[in-house]
Amino acid sequence: MAVLLLAEVNGADISVDQTAKALTAVASLGDVTVLCASAGCGDAAATAATLDGVARVICADDAAYGNGLAEPVADLIASLAGDYDHIVAPATSSAKNILPRVAALLDVMVISDVTAVVDGDTFERPIYAGNAIQTVKSSDAKKVVSIRTAGFDGAGETGSAAVENIAAVANPGLSEWVEDKVQESDRPDLTSAKVVVSGGRGVGSEEDFKIIEALADKLNAAVGASRAAVDSGYAPNDWQVGQTGKVVAPDLYIACGISGAIQHLAGMKDSKVIVAINKDEEAPIFQVADYGLVADLFDAVPALTDAL
Amino acid sequence: MKVIVPVKRVIDYNVKVRVKADGSGVDLANVKMSMNPFDEIAVEEAIRLKEAGKVEEIVAVSIGVKQSQETLRTALAMGADRAILIVASEDVHNDIEPLAVAKLLKAVIDEEKPELVLCGKQAIDNDMNATGQMLSALLGWSQATYASEVALESDSATVTREVDGGLQTIKVKLPAIISVDLRLNEPRYASLPNIMKAKKKPLDEKTAADLGVDVTPRLEIVKTSEPAERAAGVIVSDVAELVAKLKDEAGVI
Repeated sequence: MAVLLLAEVNGADISVDQTAKALTAVASLGDVTVLCASAGCGDAAATAATLDGVARVICADDAAYGNGLAEPVADLIASLAGDYDHIVAPATSSAKNILPRVAALLDVMVISDVTAVVDGDTFERPIYAGNAIQTVKSSDAKKVVSIRTAGFDGAGETGSAAVENIAAVANPGLSEWVEDKVQESDRPDLTSAKVVVSGGRGVGSEEDFKIIEALADKLNAAVGASRAAVDSGYAPNDWQVGQTGKVVAPDLYIACGISGAIQHLAGMKDSKVIVAINKDEEAPIFQVADYGLVADLFDAVPALTDAL
Repeated sequence: MKVIVPVKRVIDYNVKVRVKADGSGVDLANVKMSMNPFDEIAVEEAIRLKEAGKVEEIVAVSIGVKQSQETLRTALAMGADRAILIVASEDVHNDIEPLAVAKLLKAVIDEEKPELVLCGKQAIDNDMNATGQMLSALLGWSQATYASEVALESDSATVTREVDGGLQTIKVKLPAIISVDLRLNEPRYASLPNIMKAKKKPLDEKTAADLGVDVTPRLEIVKTSEPAERAAGVIVSDVAELVAKLKDEAGVI
């Protein structure tokens, strides 16, 4: 059994965290070949080759793959698919754009957001925003699977697999990249941070989000937000934690002024320790919190920042 | 320009989902059903493009049980011009997989020849996030997923996409599939007069067999279970106690 793992590569940079966690999830399925497809991704491929359990790395370094456009990358993966039983990737926005296209090209069903690999045909995945877990068994000859990485530990980085460069396949030329607007931040990445401090509608304004950010900086944490806070304009969309945002599972998640809508819980309830600070003692967030503090966040959050 | 908007009938997003005790699925009996919220956004966007004079006709398509008629009537009441229902299942518990849905939509598109498909980025029941991408592959069309902004020209569309790190803008050639995300627009409510008018708009009905598409699932649902519950936590009295617990008990700071 052979596995092709699409590494999470943006431009020249590989997300070791996402790629290494997906690698752990699929390690039991067979020899893993990692595919790095981007422009100038030689270093990314070299990094992928150090991940424990990687049998080999193939590097498709071509301008056509530089911005992760779905059509050329899907054609590339489909052209390689003959050698593999499983085609997998971490369930990032980039991979979820590409993998269903690959699956349709191969006439198989995609299996999205897998949280557990039961065996080579059988996978667990959340449905209804995580309100139910479905176990599905695929009858397709090849399985195309995206892995929700939050629940997996990353593979180590002591390996030394061989890297093979491959040529690009024909680019269908259906779409072109215009621009990226990426939020620059000195804080850790939301999906891989050990600690996340999130604010909800209770924070009340973009200005007041600074007290959430101050606590986050004290803890070297990433900053998150509920959808309500994002929709109210208090926080940028890429901070959003929840079913329609990012799914996180840090060691410590501190929810401030977040009521705990199902939508939000779906994105953070696998965190190891959850702290909720909310003045409404009836808020559903307290039902998933390990430690609840019924208090006004404008008093409690600065006090917590000072106490650390 | 003609636009096709696929719409799915799903459990209303406000309903608390209950897993059936025998693990066979989610209880859909006597539960309020509505149009998938992402599909509503797609319908709204199509209507706005028509209002802006860039689109002439909007065709809503639904695939599933016969009751999906109601979902199509909602799309018609919002402002779609006509509707096509493809009956692919007798049982509401039998979800048609995205691959089969994409094949059925391709068959409709081969007949209707639209230049644009606007669809929701995912359905809130199976959360698969796949139909748009799969349809695009089967047609050999361009795709722009997770759209938060769409600028439509005569032969291309410039689409801003919501991606993990922020936003990405791409330009796709038409014909194209655009899947829409939450921030694209806020869907309108259908007015009572428009709901009445929608009853007279054309709604064609076909079956999956008419279109020659095999909808046999590729994924067998082995079981459906409740997510693991978290053990009950404790309420602390103040910040000092919280800090002490995090340090001494949880050991996370």
